[in-house]
Amino acid sequence: MRLTVDRLHITLDRRPILHDVSLEVREGDIVGLVGPNGSGKSTLLRAVYRSLRPAGGVVRVGDDDVWTLSARAAARRTAAVLQDSTGHTAGLSVAETVALGRTPHHGLLGRDGTDDREAVDDAIDRCGVRALAEREYASLSGGERQRVLLARALAQRPRLLVLDELTNHLDIRARFELLDLIRATGTTTLAVLHDLDLAARLCDHLVVLAEGTVVAAGPVLDVLTPDTLREVFGVRARTERHADGVTRISYAARPLD
Amino acid sequence: MTVAVSVGAVGVPLGDVWRIVLHHVSGGGASADPALDQIVWNFRTPRVLLAALVGAGLAVSGAVLQAVVSNPLADPTVLGFSYGASLGAVVVIVLASGATVGGLGVSAAAFVGALAAGALVFALGQRRGRMAPTRLVLAGVAVGYVFLSATSFLQLRATPTELRTVMFWMLGSVAGAQWSQLPTVSAVVLTTAVLLSLFGRRLNVLLAGDESATALGVDVNRLRAVLLVLSSLLTGTTIAVAGGIGFVGLMIPHLVRLTIGADHRRLLPLTALLGAVYLVVVDLLSRTLVRPNELPLGILTALLGAPFFIWLLRRDKVLDTA
Repeated sequence: MRLTVDRLHITLDRRPILHDVSLEVREGDIVGLVGPNGSGKSTLLRAVYRSLRPAGGVVRVGDDDVWTLSARAAARRTAAVLQDSTGHTAGLSVAETVALGRTPHHGLLGRDGTDDREAVDDAIDRCGVRALAEREYASLSGGERQRVLLARALAQRPRLLVLDELTNHLDIRARFELLDLIRATGTTTLAVLHDLDLAARLCDHLVVLAEGTVVAAGPVLDVLTPDTLREVFGVRARTERHADGVTRISYAARPLD
Repeated sequence: MTVAVSVGAVGVPLGDVWRIVLHHVSGGGASADPALDQIVWNFRTPRVLLAALVGAGLAVSGAVLQAVVSNPLADPTVLGFSYGASLGAVVVIVLASGATVGGLGVSAAAFVGALAAGALVFALGQRRGRMAPTRLVLAGVAVGYVFLSATSFLQLRATPTELRTVMFWMLGSVAGAQWSQLPTVSAVVLTTAVLLSLFGRRLNVLLAGDESATALGVDVNRLRAVLLVLSSLLTGTTIAVAGGIGFVGLMIPHLVRLTIGADHRRLLPLTALLGAVYLVVVDLLSRTLVRPNELPLGILTALLGAPFFIWLLRRDKVLDTA
């Protein structure tokens, strides 16, 4: 489902965090959100999964402003994998963790039905965590946890995926596997990524945030220009599409003087 | 439960227990010796039922509070509810020698105290409409200490007899159980326990962290508010009738979690059941170990439960990685 962010302003504790941010993720596209630390990436995601109410502007998922939807209705459209894994230390199994994804599909009296079991089973299989299903979530490694959280998001049967640093702390192979998995879902995705190489590999388009505003947006090669890399990230680098179809960034030996 | 009714300062055969209970429930059948009848029907049966209700109530509110504040140490004591209740009770015991203050008896004052503590924690724990779990726990601990100081101050002014009453009250007992209390207590305990069980799925979501829970469509602040109100009502009621029984609310939920996992849809009913059984057993021991005297429940709940609890904790491998 299409995501449209239109002239968004967000203020936290009276401090402006996002200023006049507009972007679009077309149906089926994967858009990467990149930018230095503190540029407002996670804040923008919070506005998308309806955790922060904007001071101005709109976030639309499909045709609806997320704040005209109920929290549950919004969560039936948008699923998020976030970095707040501080919870989950308290005894849920992997299967139970994935089943949390069915929450927005139920009211207080709702019981699990065939739909729920199918969605959970399917998500578990797609993310390759079948063998871990009965293990306790807290006993898993970092890479396994990320796959389980992605399965939880897929069990929501979302029309839009929001990912915050999904591949942090993962080894290189696990990163590639996770990216393939996201591509394979075919779900419209907005992903915050720290690693620009990875962003270039995964995404159709990139949006660059700096100091709370969008400074560049568009196809990967148009966005990651030497100028943008120098001005926003403070590095000397060049982006090229190689013969194997993969876009790579080569960094100079020294950052800017 | 039949065994718990049958054993005590005077032993009653199990068969007689059933005959007496059936006689009262159905009105038919032959009644037994009037003295036994008196012991079984007027003293022991309400006592055992009250112990079961109190045990279930404390255990369930412990389980819910642990999820609400995302802290495994949480229970009605840590969040200040028990200290609020103690202050209420001690005010009446010391200032009115156990009669009434402002129309409130010991039980009613304890109930008001627990709810006052709950309201304070609730108010202090939030900032700009957001209830951060850590702030809630710390607010609970602080509020508890304030109530505790006030209670201690009052105890200094108490006579030795009053002091003994205070101690017995704070350690908890169901010796004073009466049939007249049971309708209210069972109504409150059963209703709140059932309502809290309805939130099983949402309690699970709270374990995922606040941001993830929000993204799963749960209004985290409203959920916390509702759960806090229900659980302070539940604890307030149990403490009002049975005093400050510690450790049940902390230990029972963990015991169940370590055996069947943390899915609250299974956790809450089993916690209620185990809490009920545990307090019935503890009450049975409290009136048989030092016959014909009685021990307060609070002394035994921890003494009996802690070693088993520690053994379970040491056996659990996941705790090493978490």
